[in-house]
Amino acid sequence: MIQQVWAKLTDHLDPFLFAMVTTIAALGLLVLYSATNETLGRVTSQSQKVIVAVAIMIFIANLSPQFIARFAVPLYVIGIVLLIGVALGGEIVKGARRWLKIPGFGNIQPSEIMKIALPLILAWYFERHEGAMNWRNFAVAAILVVIPFGLVVRQPDLGTALLIGACGFYVLYLAGLDWRVIVGAAVIGACLVTAMWHFEVGIHDYQKERVMTFLNPEADGQDAGWHTTQAAIAIGSGGLLGKGWLNGTQTHLEFLPEKHTDFIFAVYGEEFGLLGGVVLVVLYLLFIGRCFVIAANASTLFGRLMAGSMSLMFFTYAFVNMGMVTGILPVVGVPLPFMSFGGTALMTLFIAVGILMSVTTHRKLVNS
Amino acid sequence: MGAELRNYDQELFWYQRRLSLAAVVVVLCFVTLLGRFVYLQVVQHKHFATLAEANRIDIQPEAPNRGIITDRNGVVLASNYSAYTLELNPQKIPDLDAAIDEVAKIVEISSRDRRRFKRLLEEFRTNDSLPLKSRLTDEEVARVAANRYRLPGVEIKARLFRQYPFGEVASHVVGYIGRISQGEKERIETQGLTANYKGSDYIGKVGIELSYERELHGTAGATEVEVDASRRVIRTLSRKPSVTGNNLQLSLDIRLQKIAEEAFGTKRGALVAIDPTTGDVLAFVSKPGYDPNLFVDGIDPQNWDLLNTSIDKPLLNRPLRGAYPPGSTYKPFMALMAQELGVRTAQQTISDPGFFRLGGGYWRDDKAGGHGAVDLVKSIIVSCDTYYYQVAAETDIDEWATFMRQFGFGQKTGIDIDGELTGILPDRAWKAKYRPKDPKLHVGDQVSLGIGQGFNTFTPLQMAYATSVLANRGVAFKPHLVKSVQDARTSEYRLTQPSPAYTVPLKSAHIDAVLKGMAGVVTGGTGRTAFLKAKYASGGKTGTAQVFGLRGGDYVASQVAERLRDHAWYIALAPLDKPTIALVAFVENGGFGAEAAAPIAKKVMDAYFDSTLLDAAIKKPIVGSEAIAAASVAAEVRRAR
Repeated sequence: MIQQVWAKLTDHLDPFLFAMVTTIAALGLLVLYSATNETLGRVTSQSQKVIVAVAIMIFIANLSPQFIARFAVPLYVIGIVLLIGVALGGEIVKGARRWLKIPGFGNIQPSEIMKIALPLILAWYFERHEGAMNWRNFAVAAILVVIPFGLVVRQPDLGTALLIGACGFYVLYLAGLDWRVIVGAAVIGACLVTAMWHFEVGIHDYQKERVMTFLNPEADGQDAGWHTTQAAIAIGSGGLLGKGWLNGTQTHLEFLPEKHTDFIFAVYGEEFGLLGGVVLVVLYLLFIGRCFVIAANASTLFGRLMAGSMSLMFFTYAFVNMGMVTGILPVVGVPLPFMSFGGTALMTLFIAVGILMSVTTHRKLVNS
Repeated sequence: MGAELRNYDQELFWYQRRLSLAAVVVVLCFVTLLGRFVYLQVVQHKHFATLAEANRIDIQPEAPNRGIITDRNGVVLASNYSAYTLELNPQKIPDLDAAIDEVAKIVEISSRDRRRFKRLLEEFRTNDSLPLKSRLTDEEVARVAANRYRLPGVEIKARLFRQYPFGEVASHVVGYIGRISQGEKERIETQGLTANYKGSDYIGKVGIELSYERELHGTAGATEVEVDASRRVIRTLSRKPSVTGNNLQLSLDIRLQKIAEEAFGTKRGALVAIDPTTGDVLAFVSKPGYDPNLFVDGIDPQNWDLLNTSIDKPLLNRPLRGAYPPGSTYKPFMALMAQELGVRTAQQTISDPGFFRLGGGYWRDDKAGGHGAVDLVKSIIVSCDTYYYQVAAETDIDEWATFMRQFGFGQKTGIDIDGELTGILPDRAWKAKYRPKDPKLHVGDQVSLGIGQGFNTFTPLQMAYATSVLANRGVAFKPHLVKSVQDARTSEYRLTQPSPAYTVPLKSAHIDAVLKGMAGVVTGGTGRTAFLKAKYASGGKTGTAQVFGLRGGDYVASQVAERLRDHAWYIALAPLDKPTIALVAFVENGGFGAEAAAPIAKKVMDAYFDSTLLDAAIKKPIVGSEAIAAASVAAEVRRAR
């Protein structure tokens, strides 16, 4: 009986992926304890969320990719409906409609659903046209990307919109989107952004400010540039080996804003130094590398596209977050995967890991 | 089917190519990230470590307690006390008037407080808070504290205040402190003292407070604290305590000073009393004075205008910065010069017809018909003008000036407060330089100078100094107001004037003759009336400095506007055999020296030789050691808050 349960729990677990994510998550809890000034409240709540997320991950891993694919259309439709709901009557937090209050369900952030739902429907769609793909299929796929992207941009939440767009794009890219289209779209996009910037249409002041701040953080060291400047001071002052766990002055004297959420890497960098940074990057690389292996070896197109886009999504999260904290990318609201405090992103990420495990473990079953 | 298979294979091939490309991009991006880590944490580590320390560590300056000023007997003239002030921070308050109105509902804010605050605001554009009301009662402090939440930018601060318990008495000596102005801030910077003045709000403005600023200020301390992002202090890292400024013991006797000031009544003038054997300034009076306490926390515009525009010029330090012709008080020095330069001997007698004629000039004696046969001693006693007209006419002006310079005439005495005037001791070079329209110094000019009228102007301090050099028979001590400095660290006293500055080579017989004349002034001359009942033997000389021209008919003082009346002088030294006090009394527009100045001089000398009179001058004095103890308690209170 116990053996059966154990088998049920572990059969579809990829040990390497599991080891990597739990290591990173454990590291995250350690840093979180320091970032919350050595109080257990948030650490406990985050631990509970990790446990729930791991449970969901195991549950998803046990579902076959084919079964998961059945949810592609409903999930996408629900996601779009909720996004429209947000646009019509979402909770306004800090000037943006991002949350939707559903009675008896609490607050949810529909844009988060889209990070999974969009790749899912695209992978499902491409699999249906496997072997006979033409430009029309890509056009349809592009529309599927543009709808949620546009809705999230309007919230406004450019960071999440770009992540959703990226997830969609990864599927299109892996499905074989023509290079000429990719290059062409990139050129047009760049021109469009430049024009919007120049004529100040469809772009919010805060977005412009963030970019300006990114280009020159010290110019506004007290206000908009504060995040970037203080994060750079934290990381830079950490040096080779860091100031030691719980000893970061930037962290513990409240110089770091958002230090338990989006800027948790600054805490990590201050207390664990370059050595810690290298260890974390290596952990992410190993984790993402394993995801790539799964994607490369997936037996179906759906599995390949899902696994591939999820791998790239992990990379995007990790790179964009660390990039913005270290000041090589502008500040966008992207958490550090498996480390930042907060349940929503954690759920999405573990669901994605679950899908990857499903793809790899069910392939073995098919083969055997 | 075959085509489809090929498509499948092709798609798989494309897929794997693209996945590999993505993997390469992933690795490149992470390598870039690692490069960024190395840049921040290795290349720029020092820079960021410094910034992190600067973030974390705040240096809080600790202003030192200012040294205490006492008189020669330890009576406190300037001390500190701790009090609460209500301060407003203009940076945190958008509408100051509204905020003051709001505060006024809680504690009484007088219109004087408002005016003074406005003035401070205009004068000091600082980031710091400025005091609106000082010396709050405990109840007021409690009331403001209770309402603090609705009064942003309003602060209660415990501060040390300077207090001058004697108010107007000796105000021109002690001076006062005030808030550091922009100009002073720049001066502090150029002197490289910025660090020592961090946290200090006040600085000496005039008098001893100004000239001994370096001694009095002390050394600033600093507390290194760890702060969080909202600058809240988390813990103290290190503390270098401030060192209290050095205490000053003045040579002044506040009892004598008070008696001297009271002797003036409502008259304007100056008095300087010096111990000729040491150079100690025993009394240094400038009347009218002012209350230095008004300046301490910023003077309000009304009082400022009053002091500044008053015709009586209460802010003018007359002994230091008032230069007047010496009149007949010059005669004893002229008599000494006449002997030393061989122009006259003490025995030589002249016949005074009541006037002096030279070339086309005519100078009259103040006694119609003249004094008859006059020798040197008598010339001093009766203040015979003709005697000195002759001496002046027969003396080379340059030799004359050289002789007089030895007594400090026309030169700064070097007293230890700032702002001293030089005065004018004319010689040929002076006339050529300053009277270019008539550059030659005529014998006629000399004749006037012979009785202390004309171009020459000396400060009362110079007169007192010259008298003290004469009294000490040529052995000159630089006059000084600070007798000793008590080191705050070691509590040791350091004398400021240990030895004589120089000695004027004089023949003893010559001095004796002059002193005999000065003694005669008191016993049977112009000073007789004033010194009738003196219990000590003194020498003196009256003088009258003309405010307008000597030549021209008789004039009656009472008919001239009061401000155009002559200035009255009296110089004195006592006891005659070995003088321990030399003084000058000067009454502005006082008329005759014998009537206006001599009685004041007598009152001061009476007291100087009678300790019961001295002791009666002040009630229970605050003695230095008590004040020092009180100040250190105040400092403790301040530190503890």
